[in-house]
Amino acid sequence: MNDGTVRDTVGAFLRGALRHNDLADEDDVFALGLISSMFAMELVEFVEREFGIAVESEDLEMENFQSIAAITRLVAAKSAVAGAARGMVS
Amino acid sequence: MSTVRPKGVSRRELGLSARQLALEAEYQAFAMQEVAPLAEQIDRTEEIPRPLVDRLASAGMLRGAAFDEPPDPIAHGLRHEALAYASASVEGLVNVHLMVTEALERWGTALQRRRWVPELATGARLAALAITEPEVGSDASSVRTRARAAGRGYVLDGRKKWITCGQIADVFLVLARCEEGPATFLVPRDAPGLRIEPIRGLLGCRGYMLAELHLDSCAVPADHLLGAVGAGFSHVATTALCAGRVNLAWACVGVGQACLDAALRHAGERRQFGHAIEDFELVQRILTRMIARIDAAFLLCLRASHERASGGAAAASMEAAIAKYFASTTLTRVASDALQLHGALGCSAEVPLQRYFRDAKIMELIEGTTQILETMIARQASSRARVASALGACAGNGREQSASL
Ligand SMILES: Cc1cc2nc3c(=O)[nH]c(=O)nc-3n(C[C@H](O)[C@H](O)[C@H](O)COP(=O)(O)OP(=O)(O)OC[C@H]3O[C@@H](n4cnc5c(N)ncnc54)[C@H](O)[C@@H]3O)c2cc1C
Repeated sequence: MNDGTVRDTVGAFLRGALRHNDLADEDDVFALGLISSMFAMELVEFVEREFGIAVESEDLEMENFQSIAAITRLVAAKSAVAGAARGMVS
Repeated sequence: MSTVRPKGVSRRELGLSARQLALEAEYQAFAMQEVAPLAEQIDRTEEIPRPLVDRLASAGMLRGAAFDEPPDPIAHGLRHEALAYASASVEGLVNVHLMVTEALERWGTALQRRRWVPELATGARLAALAITEPEVGSDASSVRTRARAAGRGYVLDGRKKWITCGQIADVFLVLARCEEGPATFLVPRDAPGLRIEPIRGLLGCRGYMLAELHLDSCAVPADHLLGAVGAGFSHVATTALCAGRVNLAWACVGVGQACLDAALRHAGERRQFGHAIEDFELVQRILTRMIARIDAAFLLCLRASHERASGGAAAASMEAAIAKYFASTTLTRVASDALQLHGALGCSAEVPLQRYFRDAKIMELIEGTTQILETMIARQASSRARVASALGACAGNGREQSASL
């Protein structure tokens, strides 16, 4: 999945869930006060399921989840690491 | 008291596998032989005897999901149901222990998992969850306990109240607030600056062995921080609470089933006006109401556990909340009905009905009060509906819609 598709999917998820159709890619969802605790966990599981990555303790920095663009970057970075690991074993 | 549970309706047709049914039989046998004979004593003395904790450990009742092959949230649920049928207090001890285990399994670093999870699984250490404070209950993200980095670790100051298993736990998962946001810490019982004060005399679940924790410049090493600073409530505590909610819902079914079995037995044996009271239509109505409610709660638990198995804990958070909400509110009615059917006997110490009745009320307060769940479920349902429609629109633009939302 390329970055554009990841951004669209994450954008649709966040705009829908947070009732914020105008949410821009770089808008900070924490600063806007939009995230509840239950939703924070749902977001993690959504990202894991949708993009096949594992979010671990060290990924739990707020900067990784604060905007559509940040999540897109996290997915790209995690996918690259997973891809490299697959390359190493094959 | 009999150590054999009455045979209920067969659950095979509800989709339980042969393995799950075998495990259920094993859990029920353990609960009836080891736990049920002590249930009244635990309620009276407000203590779970240490040998019973050891037997729970050696029977594998304290093992978290990481030890399952394959993972089986339904089997876990059946374990909580079986234990609570015998004693809600004992189930409570197991539940908080497994809530902490689940948070560790999910958010612990590899090192933390290696260090803590095996010890928790064998019962070498018992764990408890410390979120609530004297001034902060439902609004758990606003805890006042402070944590600050100091030297090679953290120092915690504050108080935690109503902590299940607090009198005997070896380690506490404590939710505190750092300057940068909420964080959770593993605080060993012997940490300098931790003082534990037992709380006694509760209405129900009297064997929970509650305690208040006083953290006065309580120092823990840096590697006792679980998860990132900032994610303590939203991710770590929430993971524990989601797990606890499903377990507790199953526990409500267990207590409810115990109420029903007692009510059916009594209604068949007790004679008035020349008839067994089960022949009276008004009694039949009460029994029918109880049966339907417990069946419905059981099915909601099954769904929540099934969702956890297929979609993950957070994806199943709404199903877990619904199961806990329905099962706990229904249990207070079922326990009241069962007591009513027993007449004066139900209020006496001769039968466990008054214990069930008292324990039931507690279930509506913990792991999210009824009112908090009523708020949470509606909000989550609205959010899911919006996400489904947004992703549907996105799918129209060339991507597959997520099946699980
Ligand atoms: C037996 C027992 C064991 C426990 N074990 C633990 C444990 O192991 N660890 C732990 O951390 N805590 C534990 N607790 C504490 C428990 O989690 C809290 O009691 C619970 O979160 C509610 O908090 P509170 O009692 O302070 O009630 P409050 O939050 O003060 O609520 C009082 C009332 O107001 C209602 N209310 C509050 N906010 C709202 C709202 N926004 N909308 C509508 N109604 C609202 C509540 O539903 C309730 O009816 C335990 C409690 C009990 C009784």
